Amino acid sequence: MDITRRRLLLLLPAAAVAWKYVQAGTPEAAPNYKLTEHWWGMLIDIPKCIGCGSCVRACAEENDVPEGYYRTWIERYHVADWKIERPDVESPNGGKQGFPPNEIGGKNFFVPKLCNHCADSPCTQVCPVGATFVTPDGVVLVDKSYCLGCRYCVQACPYGCRFINPKTDTAEKCTLCYHRITKGLTTACCEVCPTGARQLADLKNPKDPIHEFMRTHAVQVLKPHMATGAKVFYNGMDGSVR
Amino acid sequence: MFKDVEHLIRLAVLMAIALIAFVTLRALVVPHSFGEYGHYRGDAIAEIAGRPAAFAGHDICEACHADVLEQKKQGKHVVVPCEACHGAQAKHADDPASVKPAKLDTAVICARCHEANSAKPKDFPQVDTADHSGGLACGTCHQPHRPKIETAAVTNSATEGPK
Amino acid sequence: MQIPVEGFMYPNEVELQWSVLIVLYPFITGLVAGAFILASLERVFHVDAVKPTYRLALLTALAFLLVAPLPLQLHLGHPERSFEMYLTPHRSSAMAMFGFVYLWYLMAVLLLEIWLDYRRDMVLKSQTTTGVTRFIYRVLTLGSSNISERSLHIDERLGYFITVIGIPSAFLLHGYVGFIFGSVKANPWWSSPLMPIVFIFSAMVSGIATVMLLYMLTTWLRGKEIDILCLDKIAQYLFYVFVIDFSLEMLDLLHRIYEADESFRSLDFMVHSRLWVSQVFIQILLGTVTPIIMLGLTQIFNLSEIVRKRIYTLAGCLTVIGIFAMRWNVVIGGQLFSKSFLGYTTYKMGFATREGLLTAIALMLLPFPILWVLVKLFPPWPDAGSVTASGTNRAQGIS
Repeated sequence: MDITRRRLLLLLPAAAVAWKYVQAGTPEAAPNYKLTEHWWGMLIDIPKCIGCGSCVRACAEENDVPEGYYRTWIERYHVADWKIERPDVESPNGGKQGFPPNEIGGKNFFVPKLCNHCADSPCTQVCPVGATFVTPDGVVLVDKSYCLGCRYCVQACPYGCRFINPKTDTAEKCTLCYHRITKGLTTACCEVCPTGARQLADLKNPKDPIHEFMRTHAVQVLKPHMATGAKVFYNGMDGSVR
Repeated sequence: MFKDVEHLIRLAVLMAIALIAFVTLRALVVPHSFGEYGHYRGDAIAEIAGRPAAFAGHDICEACHADVLEQKKQGKHVVVPCEACHGAQAKHADDPASVKPAKLDTAVICARCHEANSAKPKDFPQVDTADHSGGLACGTCHQPHRPKIETAAVTNSATEGPK
Repeated sequence: MQIPVEGFMYPNEVELQWSVLIVLYPFITGLVAGAFILASLERVFHVDAVKPTYRLALLTALAFLLVAPLPLQLHLGHPERSFEMYLTPHRSSAMAMFGFVYLWYLMAVLLLEIWLDYRRDMVLKSQTTTGVTRFIYRVLTLGSSNISERSLHIDERLGYFITVIGIPSAFLLHGYVGFIFGSVKANPWWSSPLMPIVFIFSAMVSGIATVMLLYMLTTWLRGKEIDILCLDKIAQYLFYVFVIDFSLEMLDLLHRIYEADESFRSLDFMVHSRLWVSQVFIQILLGTVTPIIMLGLTQIFNLSEIVRKRIYTLAGCLTVIGIFAMRWNVVIGGQLFSKSFLGYTTYKMGFATREGLLTAIALMLLPFPILWVLVKLFPPWPDAGSVTASGTNRAQGIS
């Protein structure tokens, strides 16, 4: 981004105003946000991920994620030649402190994972009381004042992205930093990613770079056979990824 | 005839009372915003969106620290967001005078990205830090905002030049 | 508490979500459904031989049904919010709909049937007892003391109608529990259209076996003569249902082995390692094959009464243990493997914790004192001398 003095003079007051909205906390203070104008997802570019763990740490800090539980995590894959159905996978502490160095041959890569904010979310389907739901703008959230802690949603998620927060005894998971994206910020994980491997995407925004990206790249979702309508898209994902 | 089913009628009345009590309870207890957008408490959306942010976002940092941005633009770390290394700084952005970011230890944070690992993309700059620096902290030779080591002109700014 | 993990598990999967209490829950509701089906054999299908156990089966079902919600409440993160399931049930959730199936079964089927069957006794007792028990009976009669022949006949007809509805209701009760597991597409150990059917039949097996054992135990405790024809008939039904149940489970197993889909290798390894004792040894060999063979022997050979009683006792106990193991293998087994199919975790059961072994044992024992109270208030014994509307000793099993 090219910052000239002129641009800075324009930006600073806008930044200050936006910041006021962010700190005010309530979306009423960001009155331009219309639920029906957005359809959120994320793009993850696997060849760019360096497994630094910044996203895991940032998420934990942004969202007070308890130790030992993960709203997002990174998996390191080692695929030996043709053994596409039997990769070696590890995720030490979710990748929070990065990964210990190693020197293995063969195909190795990192895969960041998070809640896929499924359009046909199985976790929402099984919630007995309506404590977890898909918002009109496509984010799957948990109402922690309504959740019973029955854990049915944790069982129903094919991706293992949900857990029970031991402090609140309610279900919890990635919220796509809903409190940030509704105010024009990006998610904490996308904000800190040093290589741009994680990018927030608004599928309803015609100017969002994801549209051009998906037209020009081979993109997948995790476990497509589950037909969950997952909205986290992976570029360059190997067939061994579970 | 009526007498013979009296007990059943009493039972039916009891069940009717229970049903009415249930419906009344429901009307009183179910949160008002429930069902506003779907089968959930509509107010939850605003509550969740109302959480304060911990990361300020690099736009906010750059609004004040334009000089650092200028330095970053000269090197590869221009793409690295400020808070990737400096951590969440919303509190600092809110009150820059009293909340100061912690000083970073380059011996720790640089390795997270740049320690050699077979799973990292081959074209990504990575080293075996023990070999590379013989145990010295990265900041001894590298300026994090403009990491490439050059012998050319270097200013005396706190953010510029090798440490 | 470090949980040992073998291979790779998604980080949030390592800790098990559903504990031994969730194993208990389908076990207990299974006993309810099974006991009720046994009772309905007499009422609807006119299998007169099992009449002596009719009332005992109903009371057993009630005692267990009252305990059934307790493991669920103890498991919830917020039991104080559990009423939300009745206020704002999510219609797409099997768990939410089950709350209503349970309520329906308790109120409209079981309690109503017991009330109608015992109403005459309750009215008589409200007139002959004193003190607290008198008050209890009076409340239960809803203040009506009409026990004319006509009213009792209406009761009997209504009771028959309720039993007829009760049979599909009992299937719905436990089939739903099976569906709660069977509909989870994320879990290949659970996801199967056979799950509700397997649950229903294994419930019938456990319920029939439990009533059989209770009938033998209570008869022995009361120092009475057992009705051997009744016992033989119950054991025969147990045998038939068991064969169906075993066939269904073997069908599921064969299907999995043959198709060998993505999950098979991981599940197969799990059965061979972590579930070897509980599944292959306890559930299949000890808890299914052995009782089937034992009961089969009594059907084929003409064995003496004493030998038959010994076989029924042993087979009954093994059956109940085996069905508990089946619930364990479904619930716990379904959480021991990773959904990545690349690893396994371990179940660390607490002891004196809210969801620990001690709690599980206490909950398993709780129905018995409740049953004792019920039996005291509503004696189910055939020789208790109660007379029903049509003048025959319906409860006695004498035509």
